[in-house]
Amino acid sequence: MYNIVGHKKIWFTLSIILVGAALISIAVFGFQESAEFKGGTLWEFSVPGQNLSSADVQAEFVNNLHILDAQTNYDPTNQSFLVRFGTVNETAHQADLTALTAAWPSFTELSFQSISPSVGASVLDNAIIAIILVLIGISLYIAFAFRKASRPISSWKYGWITLLTLFHDVSIPAGMLALLGHFNNVQIDSNFIVALLVVMGFSVHDTIVVFDRIRENLLNQRGKVPFPTIINNSVNQTLARSINTSLTLILVLLALYFVGPADLQYFVLTLLVGVTTGIYSSIFIASPALVVVSPKEEN
Amino acid sequence: MRRHPGLFLSLIVIVAIAAVFFVYPKGIGAKLEPWKLGLDLVGGSHLVYQIDLSNVSSTDQSSVIAGLRDVIEKRVNLFGVSEPDIYTAQSGNQAQLIVELAGVKNLSDAINEIGQTPLLQFEEVQTVGSSTQYIQTNLTGEYITGAQLSFNPTTNAAEVSISFNKDGAQIFQEMTAANVGKPLAIFLDGQMIEAPVVQEEITGGKAVISGNFTVATAQTLVGRFNAGALPAPITLVTQQTISPTLGTDSLKKVAFAGLVGTLLVMLFMLCYYRLFGLFAALALTIYIALTLGVFKLIPITLSLAGLAGFILTIGMAVDANVLIFERIKEELKRGLPRASAIEEGFRRAWPSIRDSNTSTIITAVILYFFTSSFVRGFALTLLIGTLISLFSAITTTRLFLRLFIKDKKDKTA
Repeated sequence: MYNIVGHKKIWFTLSIILVGAALISIAVFGFQESAEFKGGTLWEFSVPGQNLSSADVQAEFVNNLHILDAQTNYDPTNQSFLVRFGTVNETAHQADLTALTAAWPSFTELSFQSISPSVGASVLDNAIIAIILVLIGISLYIAFAFRKASRPISSWKYGWITLLTLFHDVSIPAGMLALLGHFNNVQIDSNFIVALLVVMGFSVHDTIVVFDRIRENLLNQRGKVPFPTIINNSVNQTLARSINTSLTLILVLLALYFVGPADLQYFVLTLLVGVTTGIYSSIFIASPALVVVSPKEEN
Repeated sequence: MRRHPGLFLSLIVIVAIAAVFFVYPKGIGAKLEPWKLGLDLVGGSHLVYQIDLSNVSSTDQSSVIAGLRDVIEKRVNLFGVSEPDIYTAQSGNQAQLIVELAGVKNLSDAINEIGQTPLLQFEEVQTVGSSTQYIQTNLTGEYITGAQLSFNPTTNAAEVSISFNKDGAQIFQEMTAANVGKPLAIFLDGQMIEAPVVQEEITGGKAVISGNFTVATAQTLVGRFNAGALPAPITLVTQQTISPTLGTDSLKKVAFAGLVGTLLVMLFMLCYYRLFGLFAALALTIYIALTLGVFKLIPITLSLAGLAGFILTIGMAVDANVLIFERIKEELKRGLPRASAIEEGFRRAWPSIRDSNTSTIITAVILYFFTSSFVRGFALTLLIGTLISLFSAITTTRLFLRLFIKDKKDKTA
């Protein structure tokens, strides 16, 4: 039996530091938005057999195609170049394509996307609405599902704590993406939003399993056993299943990360970090937080 | 089911085996119905056109949008695209026309062609001997102010009424006067859409085309007139093109990752839960076959995001098993005989399985309704996967356990 509830100050401090660091990195660095959100062009291509560096490609775009805002990255997994610049129309795209094929005969276009800024903005707006709705929807459901467990803690508090752990689990991977964006030029797209939403849906899985046990133990043992002990017992009784349910998902995510397509790499990484954070928060944050919000006489 | 676990389990296994043949991309399954794969897996273009409706009155908007869609579909078909997907989305004064093309070779030609404003022309018809000749006139779509569906006051049959502006009315009057008793051909994008016979000289700039229209065919014609008449220019705002090489590569990698992930999950369940884990692994196999079968039956167009969503559900599908097995272990520790421990484990694990899956379902439903096509595929596979996994983890696993794990006492009795 681990005394998890008793050491709650350590866990809370660790989480405050991590969430704080995540929020600071988001505030300071912000996110690198992809063309999908802010509009713009993303061109992926490979030039087999030419041994080009991304500086060569960058020079070609700036000096010969006169695309001054071009930003070139090399993707070693796909052995391809990713060039980002402002929105262009199809005529310009075809002209550039002809010029590049003339310069490098082995030029192969892998993908090309050009999105106008207005479309991008509406995608982002919808994504934000979806995140807020998921937060509200899940918290309300928890408050509803735990309505019978209203003593000594009102079911609304289960809902609020769920909301808090969701915020915790989402802000840490989001902060990581802000850092990656600043240092590695990783951009966020709608896959990133989906990853955050799935982290929410999943993080709450584990939290529910623990809360469910607390609900059951409270019905049987209230008054006989002190409240913090009931909570600590419940966490310990469900420890194996909290970890195992997430572990199966982590195994699948690891497979996707290491042998899956390169396009999904950061989507999977966001999920991996989020799901791991979710295990931590359901064991070390959600349940100890119930003790904190319970009325004093119960402690 | 309690009395005949063997019967029900055999039924599930038979359906699952049928599903395996159905989803396998070669042989019978491919003959019955090929898989529908998204552009990001087969290569192709996703084009979004903005329709400028600022010069179109609000009553005509839906007709113009439907007409444009129809015109664009005709143009796309000329490029021999297999199953192009063309749909519209409207919010306020902004409407979008979305065109999805798989495997187009001359994409830039296609894009140029699709983006043209439709051209509506009236042509006179001359019959010389057995050949028919069409003679271009000055009357084009720009002289038309709109078309509407109407009904003949006496026969109640569906008709199409067209209104011309002042100049158009003048030209039309002259043209009908010269062609009484003869047909007048109407071309849209160079294709004849209708050739009504002129009954009399028409003055006042209002014409009615009657014929053997059903309401639906008349509406199609109204849409085509409006698309060619009303100034609703379209501009390409988003283009996403993925090469077939990149698409096929993604498909191979994501399928391989799915296989590796599934094997890892099965291995884990076997190592940790031993015999119970074996049943969970079998149930997981059935889950994968059934879910892929449902995807193909609906049918769902599988995108990269959609397949990723499905692979995630493989990791989640055994969650309910984990919850149930842990509960059964507890009941066994309390001294219950095996069969009762299993029943009790299922019963007691149910509330937490229900609540945790509900939260995933809430997420999937919200994702589906508030996002665009790419993410939608993910939301849909996540939703269907979660629902089937509930069946698989609870019903299938329970049948396995009821059939193969019995109390020793029962056997001797």
